[in-house]
Amino acid sequence: MAELKLPVSEETIRGLEVGDFVELSGRMITGRDAAHTWLMQEFREEVAPFMKDSVIYHCGPVVAENDDGTYDFVAAGPTTSIREEPYQADVIGRYGLRGVIGKGGMGAKTLAGLGEHGAVYLHAVGGAAQVLARAIPRVERVFMLEEFGVPEAMWVIEVERFPVMVTMDSHGGSLHDEVREHSQAKLKELLK
Amino acid sequence: MGDAGSYTETFVELIRRASTELPEDVVAAIEEGREAENEGLASIALGTILNNIELARSDSAPICQDTGTPVVWIHYPSGVSTRGLRADFESAVREATARRYLRPNAVDTLTGSNTGDGSGRGIPFLHFEEWDEPRIEVRMILKGGGSENVGSQYKLPDGKLGAGRDLEGVRRAVLDAVVAAQGMGCAPGVLGVCIGGDRVSAFEESKRQLLRPLKDTSPVPELAELEERLLREGNELGIGPMGFGGKTTLLAVKIGFLDRLPACYFVTISYMCWADRKAAVSIAEGGDVTWLS
Ligand code: SF4
Repeated sequence: MAELKLPVSEETIRGLEVGDFVELSGRMITGRDAAHTWLMQEFREEVAPFMKDSVIYHCGPVVAENDDGTYDFVAAGPTTSIREEPYQADVIGRYGLRGVIGKGGMGAKTLAGLGEHGAVYLHAVGGAAQVLARAIPRVERVFMLEEFGVPEAMWVIEVERFPVMVTMDSHGGSLHDEVREHSQAKLKELLK
Repeated sequence: MGDAGSYTETFVELIRRASTELPEDVVAAIEEGREAENEGLASIALGTILNNIELARSDSAPICQDTGTPVVWIHYPSGVSTRGLRADFESAVREATARRYLRPNAVDTLTGSNTGDGSGRGIPFLHFEEWDEPRIEVRMILKGGGSENVGSQYKLPDGKLGAGRDLEGVRRAVLDAVVAAQGMGCAPGVLGVCIGGDRVSAFEESKRQLLRPLKDTSPVPELAELEERLLREGNELGIGPMGFGGKTTLLAVKIGFLDRLPACYFVTISYMCWADRKAAVSIAEGGDVTWLS
């Protein structure tokens, strides 16, 4: 298992392939439905530096606020990514993202975007809220908290050995397509 | 038997157990899966899941951040107020949310705003049945949203699947549902299936099937056989944990049935994710509490 430091270069990302298991360390940002719409309305200067050469995590965390005003992620598993399919490729291109973390995989438009811009789709283990929260030792800051609410806000977080699987790469490979095709063929056989 | 509020604390504990401690038979089934997957992403995913289950138990923290809908079946003796039980259960949901055993998980469908306290219209879902025993028995599942989204209902006959109104047709529909779900319900999953019934009763019965221990056998021999076959064939599909590919797609298949109208033949499938959270309690006449596994 390789450790991958964020921010990361395009070259390193293009070296990843479907089936690789990597652990991420460094700074990333969360964002889901409201964030993706907002990111596409216009170029958002304030969050752009936190996205360039880093990754966006599709996550609606449970967050505790400490007495000193800092935050902690209490539970932080991935949410279903496919809802961002209409926006994801453009968000990757516009903000220079090198990856997307979520669950369930994404579609053809995103896959093409990964190839064009040099990025990967990283699958976190769905439901593993405790394991993943522990890999997020620090919450650095938050954008759009009041407007979007806790689960939808964009949280800038520091991660340490955050475990993810490459399931879509920048060479057109998608484990989700492979598994779907294989299981459909097997189903045909079983229903003969 | 019981003043207002007298069961609330017991119900909070019931919710805590369900949200933070996965039943032993479920953990054992996931462990079996990990032994079958000797390498690759499937094995890493199941290892992470087992690790997560352990952390949640030792910290008394939610196994998954989506703490689901509490779906509850309550048996009670004659003379007990079901209105009182409902009020106690609803306050237990609010208290469990305040203590973070549950996430505020109820959204007003029209305004889009979160009710903030975990309860809402139709949440929790409670089903009451009077019985002859002097005690109250409460059985609950926490049904997560990602897996609920991949549940489905088939109407037989289905020409595309070549599925007629018989158990072979049921088999075809269920396997089709497993392929459609891929890993999106956080596989490996447990299937609760109801054959027959209508569009009201069938989903409830399919959920009730999820209360069964994973290793039990249906008392109806042909259903027992179908359950075993579907578990084997479901795993032959190769979808695997999280849809990463592998041998462990399903942990169990449980099938019940209801009578139907002559015109209707439904096959209804509820998909429960690996976070197959459930808990049960028996409350004796004098108030003594026994936790059921
Ligand atoms: S499907 Fe289950 S395990 Fe997956 S995120 Fe939802 S509740 Fe959690």
